[in-house]
Amino acid sequence: MTTTEIHSHGFQDLPGLMGLMTGDEKHGPAATSTLDALWVLYDRVLRVTPATVDAPDRDRFLLSKGHGPMAYYAVLAAKGFLPVELLPGFGGYDSPLGHHPDRLLVPGVEIGSGSLGHGLPLAVGSALGLRAQGLTDPAVWTLIGDAEFDEGSNHEALAFAGAAGLDRLHVVAIDNSSATHGWSGGIAARFEAAGWSARTVDGRDHEALFEAFTAPHPGRPHAVVAQVETKN
Amino acid sequence: METMRERFAVVTSELLEQDPRTAVVLADIGTTGFAEVARRHPDRVVNVGIREQLLIGTAAGLALTGMRPIAHTFASFLVERPFEQVKLDLGHQGVGAVLVSALGSYDWPAGGRTHMAPGDVALLDTLPGWTVHVPGHTDEADVLLRHAVADGDANVYVRLSAHQNAAAQPVEPGRFLTVRRGTGAVVLAVGPMLDAVLAATEGLDVTVLYAASVRPFDSAALRAALGSRADVVLVEPYLAGTSNNAAHEALADLPHRVLGLGVPREEHRRYGSMDEHLAAYGLDAAGLRARITGFLR
Repeated sequence: MTTTEIHSHGFQDLPGLMGLMTGDEKHGPAATSTLDALWVLYDRVLRVTPATVDAPDRDRFLLSKGHGPMAYYAVLAAKGFLPVELLPGFGGYDSPLGHHPDRLLVPGVEIGSGSLGHGLPLAVGSALGLRAQGLTDPAVWTLIGDAEFDEGSNHEALAFAGAAGLDRLHVVAIDNSSATHGWSGGIAARFEAAGWSARTVDGRDHEALFEAFTAPHPGRPHAVVAQVETKN
Repeated sequence: METMRERFAVVTSELLEQDPRTAVVLADIGTTGFAEVARRHPDRVVNVGIREQLLIGTAAGLALTGMRPIAHTFASFLVERPFEQVKLDLGHQGVGAVLVSALGSYDWPAGGRTHMAPGDVALLDTLPGWTVHVPGHTDEADVLLRHAVADGDANVYVRLSAHQNAAAQPVEPGRFLTVRRGTGAVVLAVGPMLDAVLAATEGLDVTVLYAASVRPFDSAALRAALGSRADVVLVEPYLAGTSNNAAHEALADLPHRVLGLGVPREEHRRYGSMDEHLAAYGLDAAGLRARITGFLR
């Protein structure tokens, strides 16, 4: 596969790429809650390419919610981080593509995830590490889910990050109302109370996502709550 | 006597000055010793507050960006409480940190069970690749801490204690030292247990080995020390039997016997002093001598 072919993939190709993993050709974009946010991040926001996956000054994207990673792998394949030919092996013994991603097996995957609540603390440490090395430009992003937000480790991290003013730290929280006890008052309110900048947007609206992802947030970390259809 | 924790702050502050890759992560415990260096290097001395999952996650995130993190708190809150972070954020992510604990098994009995972690080394034994240092003296802690930080990107646990031997040994990381040579059994004293072991074995025809590093386990030294019979006594300042498997593996091709002495699994629901607890666990010289001679009879 050539670079030209890799970069010919667009958003409309993602359902087909996901179909290579699931054997189901009829995936609509709504089949996964994370697809639109991931696409907008990798297509228009994150400054990382297959050539810069090891560059010290790359933007970092940490997929914390490692469950259901087909959309993630599809976006990585569409952007040339991994060959499309690997997708049909999804979950197989000889495949690097597990049902939870592993950073040591897939170029461009920043963390291995699966157990919930690890991405945000790791992102806090990454933001601190970049700052300590004078790398004040790279952004650190992590994607969590509203049910994953139940894990207490997230709350340790968000309280500290707000107090520390980690302004290169970003969270996208995919909210499909799957948390068993809900988040009365909203997820964004938790971040705002801890000193973060926060926006809540339609998680299927690419322009709204882009605008929220790129909103200025001087001196504060930034959270984008992307609301999608309630989990069935 | 200068404590290991006091020296830890001095050594780590020095390393922070020398090596821009180093960073120390704290969780409100032990912050006083780092106040001065924190003013000079605020980005590399991080106190996350009373948040131990974040303590390990932050250390691992620092390592993901190429730093060499050193995380410190009491053993209960460094290994036991955030154990999944130790397993996943460090080991599974393929990054390394130096975890430096205090209080260990019985350092503050008046604090009770909540501040005792005799199972810490046994827990780390369930994970691949951990180096474990158990210094028995402040000067040994100095050597082992410097070695740990310089040890590439390895995951290293340094178990500091208020329990110390009277004199430091010339420790070499990863090696057991021969402290007394005999022709019979081998008694391996780990870290702070050495003085009690030497007193307990006075007049017995045994070889006394000393380990300030227990993982990797110096199998070659154990085998080289064997006498006429492969009888081995392990005396460890944490959960009894923690190194039994390592000793059995070292001696797998020989008929052998292993007695593992250490802190009992049962909760000892008493407050009091360290000496009272060591005696209650049978880890004072008299208790050790009775059990060692009973085993070798």
